[in-house]
Amino acid sequence: MTETKRTHRSHVSYIDKSREFYAAHGYEQPYHWAAHDDAPFTALPKPLFECKVGVVTTSYFLPDDFVYRVPSDLPRLPYVASRHDTARLDNQYLSWAKDETHTRDRESYLPLARLDEYVTQGRIGAVSDRFYGLPTQFSHRQTQRRDTPRVLEWMKEDEVDVALLVPL
Amino acid sequence: MSLGARQIEEAGIPTVVIGSARDIVEECGVPRFVFVDFPLGNPCGKPDEVAMQHSIVGLALDSLEKAFAPRTTVQAPVRWDDVDPDGWRERFMHVGDDNRQLLADAGAERKRLQEEIRQRDTSTEPDREG
Repeated sequence: MTETKRTHRSHVSYIDKSREFYAAHGYEQPYHWAAHDDAPFTALPKPLFECKVGVVTTSYFLPDDFVYRVPSDLPRLPYVASRHDTARLDNQYLSWAKDETHTRDRESYLPLARLDEYVTQGRIGAVSDRFYGLPTQFSHRQTQRRDTPRVLEWMKEDEVDVALLVPL
Repeated sequence: MSLGARQIEEAGIPTVVIGSARDIVEECGVPRFVFVDFPLGNPCGKPDEVAMQHSIVGLALDSLEKAFAPRTTVQAPVRWDDVDPDGWRERFMHVGDDNRQLLADAGAERKRLQEEIRQRDTSTEPDREG
């Protein structure tokens, strides 16, 4: 990669950008993002080559008869699905850079086949047969009190040892 | 998603997040984070670029194995566009004189629609929780 010279920090601040974007829409009350100084930390329970990996995504399925009107119509529910049942994942109503890229390659956001390569190499023990949907919520409480506890139950049923979380 | 990572970690399952919204993930604070400085949508690597995807997922596995403290961020050594490295950053959620009126109109239309749906829902579903 070639060197680039900069006079400003390059990383996009999505917190700043989305605040200004929605203010321009007339939503003057800014969103309150979660912020912490500390973070929890759990050491690996066993060597990685013995661990089963569970993958969590913000992508989801839409009902066949779904008609979009406003964001609150979206089915923002946690779910669990077979890893062989990803063809109908639908990202059209999620917020991502639709003018720059596409999500037709599932591996670019839900890397089940890439993880399989590491199983073959002996780097990880296994990939869970099911993956887990943790929707992006406006409400922190929905994520903390309803959605994540459900995902945790499913992970425990599947004897997942480590989790890879990929927000789109 | 970052709140979920914290909660899953607290429950005893080590986690790693692969994502492209650095500020959102780092403000929330997660145990392990692989930052991929790409437009939102392909945090695990560009579509159909298998070697890049493999290496980004590998960084996440490295992080699970080797991070020794929470809030560990590893940035993947990748660039979205060599010719125009910053164009995508400026275009996403752009607000400027060229589109300010368009955004205001879209916001007003959305509010009108939300209010219409709210009124219809409250008249047909009186017991529905807010």
